[in-house]
This record gives sequence, C-alpha cells and structure tokens, in this order.
Amino acid sequence: MNDLSTYPSAVPLLAILVSAASVPLIGISARRPNLREFWTLLAAGAKFALVLSLLPSALVNRVAETRLFEISPGIDLTLRADPFGVFFALIASGLWILTSFYSIGYVRGLKEKHQTRYFASFALCLSATLGVAFAANLLTFVIFFEILTISTYPLVIHKQTPEAIAAGRKYLAFTLTAGVVLIAAMAAVLQLTGTLDFQPGGLRAFQDLSPVAVKILFGMFLAGVGVKGAIMPLHAWLPAAMAAPTPVSALLHAVAVVKSGVFGVVRVADFLFGPETLGRFGLNEVMLWLAGSTILLASCLAFAEDNLKRRLAYSTVGHLSYVVLGAGLLSPTGLVGGLMHIANHATMKIVLFFCAGAIYVNAHKEKISELDGIGRAMPWTMGAFALASLGLAGVPPVNGFVSKWYLGLGALEGGSVAVVTILLISGLLNAGYFVPIVYRAFFKQSEQFNSIGEASAWMVVPLLLAAGLSALLGLMPDLFFHFFSLAKQIAAQVMEASIP
Amino acid sequence: MIEANLPLLVPLTLLIPALLIPLIGLRAPGAAYPLALAAVLASIPLAGFGLFRVIAGGPISYTLGGWEAPIGIEFVLDPLASFLTLLVTVVSCLVLIHARRVASVEHPDKRVPYYSLVLLLLAGFCGILSTGDLFNLYVFLEISSLAGYGLVAIGDKRSPVAAYRYLILGSVGTGFYLLGTGFIYVMSGSLNMADVARILPHILHQPPVLAGLILMVTGIGLKTALFPLHFWLPDAYSSAPSASSALLAPLGTKIGAYVLIRVLFFVFDPAAVEQRLPITSVIAWLSAGGVLYGSLMALAQQELKRMLAYSSVAQIGYIGLGLGMANPLGFTGAVLHILNHALMKAALFLVAGNLRAQLGHSNIAAMDHRLSRQMPWSMAAFVVGALSMIGLPPTAGFFSKWYLVLGGIQGSYWVFVAVILLGGLLNTLYFFRVIERVYLPFRKGLPGHAAANGEPGIVENKEARFSMLAPTLILAAALLVLGLTSSFLVNRVIQPMIPAGLL
Repeated sequence: MNDLSTYPSAVPLLAILVSAASVPLIGISARRPNLREFWTLLAAGAKFALVLSLLPSALVNRVAETRLFEISPGIDLTLRADPFGVFFALIASGLWILTSFYSIGYVRGLKEKHQTRYFASFALCLSATLGVAFAANLLTFVIFFEILTISTYPLVIHKQTPEAIAAGRKYLAFTLTAGVVLIAAMAAVLQLTGTLDFQPGGLRAFQDLSPVAVKILFGMFLAGVGVKGAIMPLHAWLPAAMAAPTPVSALLHAVAVVKSGVFGVVRVADFLFGPETLGRFGLNEVMLWLAGSTILLASCLAFAEDNLKRRLAYSTVGHLSYVVLGAGLLSPTGLVGGLMHIANHATMKIVLFFCAGAIYVNAHKEKISELDGIGRAMPWTMGAFALASLGLAGVPPVNGFVSKWYLGLGALEGGSVAVVTILLISGLLNAGYFVPIVYRAFFKQSEQFNSIGEASAWMVVPLLLAAGLSALLGLMPDLFFHFFSLAKQIAAQVMEASIP
Repeated sequence: MIEANLPLLVPLTLLIPALLIPLIGLRAPGAAYPLALAAVLASIPLAGFGLFRVIAGGPISYTLGGWEAPIGIEFVLDPLASFLTLLVTVVSCLVLIHARRVASVEHPDKRVPYYSLVLLLLAGFCGILSTGDLFNLYVFLEISSLAGYGLVAIGDKRSPVAAYRYLILGSVGTGFYLLGTGFIYVMSGSLNMADVARILPHILHQPPVLAGLILMVTGIGLKTALFPLHFWLPDAYSSAPSASSALLAPLGTKIGAYVLIRVLFFVFDPAAVEQRLPITSVIAWLSAGGVLYGSLMALAQQELKRMLAYSSVAQIGYIGLGLGMANPLGFTGAVLHILNHALMKAALFLVAGNLRAQLGHSNIAAMDHRLSRQMPWSMAAFVVGALSMIGLPPTAGFFSKWYLVLGGIQGSYWVFVAVILLGGLLNTLYFFRVIERVYLPFRKGLPGHAAANGEPGIVENKEARFSMLAPTLILAAALLVLGLTSSFLVNRVIQPMIPAGLL
C-alpha cells in the first residue's frame, strides 16, 4: 500500500516557476509599489494553491512528476511531488503568503531602500526552495540548492551596512564551500552507483561499497547540506545572517533556507543512503552525536545573546538539529517526530521573528534587555510571542509538544535514554532563554513604551495567524494540511523499503 | 558541390576579404567594417552547415588541387574541427559588432588595419581547425600569430612592448612546433595527420619521434599559455586594445588547446605514448598548478582586464586537466570548457570593453557602487559571466566542471578533483571582490568597510550603446541557455569527437 506510483503532470514545474515568473513583473512595477506588491501576493497565492492541489494525490501515494530534459548523460532534470516534497513545499509556500503580507508592513514601516530588489529576490528564493523540495534526483536538488544560495545573498546584504556585508561574505563562504563539497560527493556517487535518483529507503548499491568510502561520502554529504541546516560547527553564518531584514530572517532563516538544509539531510539520509546503510555503517551514530551536541550547545549559546534576533537564531540552530536527530534515530516514530518538527518549528519560529520585527518597527529595539514592559504596549504581539516560545520549549498544547513527543517515543523505542535526556534538557533550556523575555515584557515596569501601540495590521494579523496555526496544529496535527498523515506515510515508506 | 568544398570554404571566406580590405580601405576607409562583418556573417552559415553535415554524415575531406593525400594537402572537417569553427565564427561575429564602437574610441586612425588583421587572424584560426596536414597547420599558425601580434600592437603606448614580447615568445612557440614536425617528418616520411597516425605505432619506440612530440607539445603549450609557459599572456591581453583582447582572449588560447588535442589524441595515441613518456600526466599536473597559480594571481590584480587574463591562465588549466586525465569524461569536460570559456571570457572582456569605452578605464580600485546604476545591463552581464566562471548551476560553467570532476573521479585523480573545486572557490573570491565593489557601497581607501549611507543618489546613465550592449547580453544569455542544453551538446556533438584511443 505504500508503493509510489507516478503520473506526468506540469503542476510541480508550475509551482516552482510561478514565483520566478513574478520577478520580471516585480521589476517593471518598481515605480508603482502597490502593483509590485500585488504581484508578490498573487504569486504567493498561486504558488500555495498549486502546491495544495498536489496534496490529495500525494496522500494516496500518487506522485505528480515533471520530467523535463536531460542535463547530464542519463540524468534528467526531474521534479517529483512525492509526499516528502509536498510536505516541505506546503510549509514553505504557505508561510510565504503570511510573510508577504508581513513584509509589506515591515518594509513600508521602516521605509527600507531597494524594496524592488527585496521582493524580487524573495520570489526567486521561493522558486528555488520548491525546486529543492520537488527535486527527484540529486543533480536537480543541487542545482536548486545552489540557486537558493545565490538568490538569498542579496537579501542577507540588503541593509548594505558593514555588518550586513560581512555577514554576506560569511554566508557565501560557508554555503559555496559546502556546495563544492556536495558536488564532489555527488560526482562520486554517480561514478560508484551509476544513479542519482532519490528513492524511499535509499539505494541498495551503497551496501556493496567499502565502509571507508561510504563513511567519507556520508561525511561530505552531511557537510554539504548541513551548512544550510546549521549543524554545529557549520552554523556560524546563521547568527551573522540576522543582519538581514526581519521578514528574511523569519521565512528564509527559520523556514526556507535552513529547512532546505535539514530537508537535504533527510533526503540524503533516508532517500539516498537509506536507514539500513546508515545503521550498518554506524552513520546514524554520527548524526545523533552531531545533532545532540548541537541542540545542547546552541541552547547554551542562546543564553549569552542579548540581541533578540541572534538569540532566536541560536534557538533555530538547536531546533534544526531536532530534525537531524529524528532521522538519526532510524525508527519510524522518531522520523515522524523529526519531520513534524520541520513543520512545527517553522510555524512557531516564524511567529517569534515576526514579533521581533514588529518590536523593531514600532519601538526600534533590538536588545532583550531593553524590552521591559513592552507587553503592555503590544499585548497581542507579545502574547503570540509567549505562546510560540512555550511551544518551542515543548509545552502542550502548542505543536512543539507533538514533535518532541514523537521524538521521545522514537528514542525510547530504540532504547536510547541519552536522546530522551537531551530532549528534556533542551526543553528546559528553551524555557530558560525564552521565559525571561516574556517575563520582562509583561511583568517589568517601564514608561518607555507608553506612547506606542501595536504594529500595523499588515504585521500583526500574519503574526496572530501563525500563532493560531501553531496552537491548532498542536491540538489537531492533521488539521488542514495533513502534515501528520504525510509524516507517517513518509516514515512508513522509508522504513518499509529498508527492511531487507 | 558546396559540401565537398566546405573544409576550405570558411578559411577562404575570411582570407580573401582580409586581403581586399587594405586595398579598398585606401579609397574608402569606411568600407572596412561592413566588409569585415559581411565576411564573418557569411562564414557562420557555412560553419553551421559544415557542423550539421559532419554530425549527420561523418567527416568531410578536401584535397587541395586534387592531389591525393599523403602527397597533396588535405583539409578535413571532423566533428571537433567543425564545432570549433562554428564557435570561432559566432564569437568573433559578436565581438566584431561590439568592436566597431570600441575601435573608433580606442584607435580611430587604425581601423582599416584592425579589420584586415581580424579577418587574417580568423582565417588563420579556421585554417588551423580544418587542415589535415601538420606542416600546413604550422603555416596557418604563423598567419594567425602574425595577425595577433599586429592586433596587440595596435593599442596604447605600452602595447608595442607587450606585442614585441608576444612576438618573440610566440615565434619560439611556433618554432618549437615546426622543429617537432620536422622530427616527425624525418622519421615517418609523411606530414598528413591521418597518414602519420597510421605510421606512428610502428616507429613510436624511436627516440626522435618522442623528442618530436615533446618539441611539438612544448611549442603548442607556449601558444596555449599552458602553465608555466603562460608568462606572455597577461601583458599581451591587458595592454592590447579592448577590441583585440576580446577576440584574442576567448579564442586564441582555445586554438592552441585544439592543436594540443589534435596532436596528442588524433595523431599520437595517448595510451601508447603514456607507456614511454608520461606526457598526459605532466600536462595534467602542470595544468593543476596553472589553475591555482592563475586564480591566485587574478586575486592580486587591480586591473579588470589583467585579472581576466590571469583568470584565463587558470581556465586553460581546467582544459589541460581534462585533457591530461585522458579519459572520455575528462575529454568531454575539456571540450565543453573550451566552448564555455570562450563564451564566458568573451562576455567578460566585452564588459571590460564597455567600461573602457564609457568610463575610460577598467581599474577595479576605481569602481564603486554607482557603477551598478550607471551601467546596469553591462554589470548584470558581468554577474552572469562571473557566476558561470565560478561554476554555479545552472550556468554553462557548472557543467564543464561537472564533467571534469566526473572524469577525475573515474580516473581516481583525487588531487585534480580537489584542485578543480578549489579553483572554483578562488574564482568566487576574485569575482565577488568586483561584484561587491560594484553593487555595494564602499568608502574609498577602506577596502572591506562600507560607507554608512548606501544610497548612490542620482547617477548619470552611462550604459554602453546598443551595438555594444547587445553582443554582451547575447553572450551572457547564451551561458544560461548552454548550461541547460549542455547534455544535448555532449550527446550529439561532443560524443562523436572523442578520439578512438580514449574509449
């Protein structure tokens, strides 16, 4: 029942192209901001609708496939909307709609320069992200992965301050080096196995290779995709990239770009190498060690940051590794937990970034120590902040609890007490670095915010919607988008295929 | 009728107007440009038809004066030759359209000799590509070289010195080649390439044959600027007028690479030679050195054309690496890189030409973020060219490196794989140095520190005129198109040209 059947369809391609097609429209409407933003919203809506139309068939394992043309002998540029791809594409394109509304409020509230470049790059980033999601083979994946790298660069350096330019350099240094490692690893896989196709449960050919070769290859892949996934010690670009405007941090550095990284980790681990190969060569141990130490270290580093966005960035670093952890557990339940965390962390972290941006636009504050009493001035914003931060700490009924619950179950299934301990400690650490912010906002007195109120509705409404979604998905994980069904389906396919 | 004559038709289409231009130019200097352009335009369909016929029906041979080879001189159009002939004519056509304005700005009184020399250069190139005779190749090599020296010398005050150096070293290079050809002729008794290739297996063990090969490869290496024989190139390319360097940089060294392929893989049998002389390995290792050396030197340059010239040294290294691997994938990567690099370098040199024509200089240190507003299209073309040079998908540059990496892994040349990838990262460094400067606000004298206020304010539009912009943008767009169609090219065009000795 879990076998995939494919049918030809242009929808995956259209879903990718629709935002790229809006780039020239955004460009020529540069002098008419309202028309320009209309194109962004139209593209975002159309993209989400197209992705959503792929959901019903993905749920019954019928996979839409666009086979374009050969790009390297024997390898076609192929897009396949398999359950995992649809899962990620739904999150990225759905949250893009919220971010687009929010962006309009943000850049206009701050009178940002270069708004046309901003919206155009944003649209291109989303095209690349969906390309990453729908890539049916490694070469297609890498092509979109690299386009994503380059199209994010203009957003990182958007403010053109020395800090932003330095962050841009750091970002390129990390991601382009990783791209090179990824290309080398990909070439080696093609030579050794003769194929680059992703398939649930991975390629059998790996099991016939020498252990040293498999270990080196996996290390290269983990480094290649892990940079975007901010696995320590490859995370340093992410806190620096917080120099970007907040909507960029919200969607790209909490959802699209970094999730492309962990999405890539799962693709490589479960669709290229396969759980069986990982287990046989002890590679999942490497994933668990890296993910576990990243979770703990990043949480500790988050305490040290007084800059709100940088604290959120370290929190992101930690939470991304939950997904890696889920893949490393090699149990269906653990994988479900990891996959659910791709969605759940996205809805929660985007709320937190939206809040940080609203505070910045209205009160011009970036530091946590300056936020005393802001909860009275911006009750809705800070209320949403409190909800999302509780969710990240794993407090029910917010959706963060669901993913942690399944991760914990998966760890217990495998008898891995250490992982359960890490999850518990991490929950406490999360609470430790988020609760003081909420406490300051609501329980400390200050006169400084008396004159300000909530940010514009363009910003507050998306923020509340995302917070509401987090709470709803916590109570009913399968609501609207069937994230839970999809996650179970993906896990079942991956694990079933790998049973010898 | 045309078909049988095709091998000689393209060189003649270019050679005859080259000789006519000085005569007509005496009376009507204004006619030089239309005549030159018409000749190049006429050669494109001929070259295209040639490639089409060769791919469809196999190599076309033409014997000069009806004297059968090996007595007479044979012209052969095979897939490799016809493909590169098309490349040469198309790129030179775009450069020529661009050059009209540049030539009238940089050297207005030398336009007639310029166009005549350009056609002579191209006639030489196409002759080299289609000849099937080792000595005849030398003749065309000298024709194109002499035209090349003239094209460099046309430029500013420093250019005669650079041209003189270029002349001396170029002559040494062609001299070595001639000497090597003499060795081969004495030993084999033939100059016809196909004939020599048949005889060589029987005499390969004799030292003079190997000495001849070494001499030929050294000579061609000089013409190709294969590291460490590259030292004439940066001076020659950076002091040549922009209209000349845009022609010489993308095409000149590629022709050298072609001769290397022809001698090493078609006349000689690389596998048989390798048993006696590690010539492909030596080329590969030197090329790897060239990739790193050229990239590092490019990083240190303050002048855009000079930076691009050193970058050429590195890119020739990539081609040499692919050839040195001596396997089908490496060969594919090398030929694809000849194509890609010709287009990328042409695009980038045209941008440099636009800068020189509009700003009067192409000094990186004097560029700032206003430039991205003043010349938005030229700079956009520069960015596309740079991304392709770095080798980012889906640009053309990615795919040639992809095949090179595959070739490296197939042959287990791990060091070369590392060098190819490291070279790409070094490319990133020296191109983003320029891109950052052009697009982001930098305060003068403080490299690495941006000015607080990034707004360039009202800037004058200094974009190059349409005749210069169009070729630049066509080349940049071609980099994107060729990237996505590279597999088609590899299957249909490059696959048939892989020498039998490699399969």
